[in-house]
Amino acid sequence: MSEPAKRLETLHARGRALASPAEQRRVLRELPLVEEFDDALVRTGLAPLTATGIEVLQINLGKLCNQTCRHCHVDAGPDRRETMSRQTAEACMRALERSTIATVDLTGGAPELSPQFRFVVERSRELGRHVIDRCNLTIIETPSFADLPEYLARHRVEVIASLPHYRKLGTDRQRGAGVFEKSISALRKLNAVGYGDGRSGLELNLVTNPVGAFLPGCQASLEAEWKRELERDFGVRFDSLFTITNMPVARYLEWLVDSDNLGQYLERLVTAFNPSAARGVMCRKTLSVAWDGTLYDCDFNQMLELGTVVQPRRIEDFDEALLTRRAIATDRHCFGCTAGAGSSCGGATA
Amino acid sequence: MSDPYYDAKDLKHFGDMAEHAPHLGKKFFDYYGAVFEDGALSAREKSLIALAVAHAVQCPYCIDAYTTASLEKGADIEQMTEAVHVACAIRGGASLVHGVQMRNRAQKLGM
Repeated sequence: MSEPAKRLETLHARGRALASPAEQRRVLRELPLVEEFDDALVRTGLAPLTATGIEVLQINLGKLCNQTCRHCHVDAGPDRRETMSRQTAEACMRALERSTIATVDLTGGAPELSPQFRFVVERSRELGRHVIDRCNLTIIETPSFADLPEYLARHRVEVIASLPHYRKLGTDRQRGAGVFEKSISALRKLNAVGYGDGRSGLELNLVTNPVGAFLPGCQASLEAEWKRELERDFGVRFDSLFTITNMPVARYLEWLVDSDNLGQYLERLVTAFNPSAARGVMCRKTLSVAWDGTLYDCDFNQMLELGTVVQPRRIEDFDEALLTRRAIATDRHCFGCTAGAGSSCGGATA
Repeated sequence: MSDPYYDAKDLKHFGDMAEHAPHLGKKFFDYYGAVFEDGALSAREKSLIALAVAHAVQCPYCIDAYTTASLEKGADIEQMTEAVHVACAIRGGASLVHGVQMRNRAQKLGM
């Protein structure tokens, strides 16, 4: 267990070879594995993996973030400038309007830093769709975003917030010094406007990623403990805890390589392949849009630049009928979503 | 685990111990699995107990296994270190409390 870097910079800023998605795919491809992902699908009768519908439009608004977490699969950070244009955001909203997609899931980077964030929230709500903000919490502590809790509550936005642990040590180790205290302060502000009270309908869900090279534990068991400890120590309330397995992509991949954990971690993911989790993978009901309008099957494929295998490949050409039953692009990183109890943006899947 | 008597890779063969006595193996592994499920104690609390006991019985396989299990079940390094100190205190205390027997015997034999 190494000490966290004082100030972590993005792979991009450090000029690391692993900043390139092609290099990340090459590193994963060179590992000796006992089984390929597609072979595991064949063995369990799930090949070829296809979508079952599009319930969620996950929009990645850009890579700009006020944090530089050690496990970030986006390689997001303050130096990243990739951000969605109004033109692309409008194309997303046109696609949404002519679709039956029920949920818009906003991610980044810190999605709130995107100039399009409020436009997309408000337009999606006008269209009667459920909206999720994947919030890093500390953004609420920056002066220019102090109104976020009230804004999100007014627009009935579900908040899914990252908090790897209910104690400071693990949280700061993964997300940076001082993040835990700011996160608790932000959670209290969300609670103050009604989030997580179980009555207002304002949903506040937390996400925990393991702080290291291991799988997350039982979601229900951890949720009970997270609730007890956060209420007891900080008076913080929330609705559900989602456990998410760390993906061997971008900065988490770098950490696995540098700590000599990559081989055993991938082996762990492969040996923990769970057919039930594979049946429930989120890509089967999600369509992911990048900041530049390119379509992907999920946010991880987006970061590895594994585009959809069928046309259309851009949000401007969105066609629900063509995309609903599409074949999913897969590779070795997909073992991350099928290990153990499974993993998705909504937590365990099995 | 540098001692060749203990190879970390052997841990994954633990289940092979059922091979020549499958009825006993099944009973043991079913029981073992049930012990670590959530109950009156949470799975995390049980992992921390197992981690402490692993140090007391000095089983390197168990230390590896329950370090991983404790992390996976949501414990952090500070909680795990305290668990090891519990084992240490009991082991040390067990030695020291036997000093009472020594004192009793010494008092009986001495003038």
